[in-house]
Amino acid sequence: MTDRQSLDSLETHSPDNAASAWRIRRERMRFHLRTLRLAWYAYAKDNAALGALIFLAIIVLISLLAPVISPYDPAEAAGDIATAPGTDGLILGSDVDGRDILSRLFWGGRIALLVGIGPTVVATLVSLILGLSAGYLGGWFDQIVMRIVDVVFAFPLVLLAIVIAGVLDPGVWTVILAISIALTPYIARLARTTTLNVKQQPYVEAARSGGARDLAIIVRYILPNMIPPVLVFSTTLIGLMMVVGSGLSFLGLGIQPPEADWGTMVAEGRGVLRKAPHVTIFPGVVIVLVALSFNFIGDGLRDALDPRRRSR
Amino acid sequence: MVEPILTVEGLKTHFNLREGMLKAVDGISFSLAPDEVLCIVGESGSGKSVTAQSILRLIDPPGHIVEGQIRYGDIDLLALSEREMEKIRGDRIGMIFQDPMTSLNPVFTIGEQISEGLREHLDMGKTEAREQAVELLHSVGIPHPEARYQDYPHHFSGGMRQRVLIAAAIACQPDILIADEPTTALDVTIQAQILKLLADVQRRLNSALILITHDLGVVASMADRVLVMYAGEMVEYGDVKTIFEQPKHPYTIGLMKSVVRLDNQRGVQLHSIPGTPLVPINPPPGCAFRSRCDAALGVCETDRPRAHSVAEDHLVSCHLMRQAEAS
Repeated sequence: MTDRQSLDSLETHSPDNAASAWRIRRERMRFHLRTLRLAWYAYAKDNAALGALIFLAIIVLISLLAPVISPYDPAEAAGDIATAPGTDGLILGSDVDGRDILSRLFWGGRIALLVGIGPTVVATLVSLILGLSAGYLGGWFDQIVMRIVDVVFAFPLVLLAIVIAGVLDPGVWTVILAISIALTPYIARLARTTTLNVKQQPYVEAARSGGARDLAIIVRYILPNMIPPVLVFSTTLIGLMMVVGSGLSFLGLGIQPPEADWGTMVAEGRGVLRKAPHVTIFPGVVIVLVALSFNFIGDGLRDALDPRRRSR
Repeated sequence: MVEPILTVEGLKTHFNLREGMLKAVDGISFSLAPDEVLCIVGESGSGKSVTAQSILRLIDPPGHIVEGQIRYGDIDLLALSEREMEKIRGDRIGMIFQDPMTSLNPVFTIGEQISEGLREHLDMGKTEAREQAVELLHSVGIPHPEARYQDYPHHFSGGMRQRVLIAAAIACQPDILIADEPTTALDVTIQAQILKLLADVQRRLNSALILITHDLGVVASMADRVLVMYAGEMVEYGDVKTIFEQPKHPYTIGLMKSVVRLDNQRGVQLHSIPGTPLVPINPPPGCAFRSRCDAALGVCETDRPRAHSVAEDHLVSCHLMRQAEAS
């Protein structure tokens, strides 16, 4: 073999190793901070994404502070039945049972966010593991995992969630479990396809030709390149899952009255839709706005996560 | 004679496709001296890249190396475990790919990607690897390497990316560099720079270089020896001078005639070899080139030509050679 000395001129001479190590650590720190800052710039450049983030932050804050800021008990009547907004000091009026709609919206945010975010996080984590292993390993493992996923996928999402929620006791955790199971195939398929796509990129072969091991390829090449699309997709699904969760509650399989939930509120208002439309409209509008916000946040995330979109 | 750094003997890499057995590489042999530049030439699909991938054992199913030997020094590469092979790749044998635009991981800085190999193979710490990577970037002609270390691949042009890839390939000072059409994706002015850099690097490292190309101009300026491939088979192998001045195989002769030269007459049509190359899926017996060959004989239909040694260090796989010998 040829000697390793032939490139001697390339050896560096660092006079003070400790000092330069410290300098490099500081530089790395700076580099990471700069990356974060650029990611934020890329995100904030999208006005819709920025607005959605602020709006959601407010919603989260309100939900957390619901016990403090709610003017009335969400489960007790505070005035006449289905009064118009503004009467009796109820800013958004009262619902069919005379409860304060504003307070119920505040409290309902807790459940809506939990039902939207919870199943999506669970389904995304499970999907990443399933999709990555199936896509990377391939062969019979891929076949078995994906056929099982296909079977679940064959049922319409809402229908499957209804069936699962139907056999369990109604409640928040039932809704989260049901939606997690029904949602997983959607994200798992994307995770697998993305893995397959990244796996055949020339840079993966280049990494292999440089002696990288499977684990290094998964951690440094496949994961960082597959997570952004999956994350963006999942984020946009949060809003939809909130709607599905509301739907389950609407059908009586999820949140039980008198607990406040946006979906249940819409359901209860339908009886008086003509006489007192606000009972339905307020929670409905909130659901739509929050669901939309998650969509915009997904778009913004795509910009923030892609180094190509993070300009200098 | 110096001990060769790489010996390939009777290499056969086949792909088991639904349409049949694709004999991408079917019986290639050559050896490489420690400081030699070998050019592998041939049309698209002639098995050049598969030969290179086979050397690094990067062939994925449905492809398999079905026969042959690949020896690095006296190590039998085909007998190594995957773990041992990982230690050879990137450390002892470096590879440079065709498309610099997609051969770098888009989500990491180029510095991190060069350091990766150093830390993996040479057990360097973060600091040391970083300093070495900056030196490497400098040595391949990247201006302001210290600052550019933290840039992402998309901040670089194609030519600059190819320089980065070369830096990554030579990071561990490999004994063998394999460059698979390193300039095909670049524009002409950059091609010359990258080739010059490759030649420089090869001389500086004193390593062997396998250069895969279909540009005969490149071959003439860089190669010590030339291997001409056609449909997965070797058609001619020899000294660069011999191949250019006394090509023997009708295919090589055709290739040489089709080169654009400065002294080409205006208005005279450039020579081209009629027909298209055979795709070696379940190839029929006989010579793969016979349907395009002017001088095909009866025997070419039935027998596959073997490599004949027509002079020292000059192998030609053609029945015409045997005819010439016999007469």
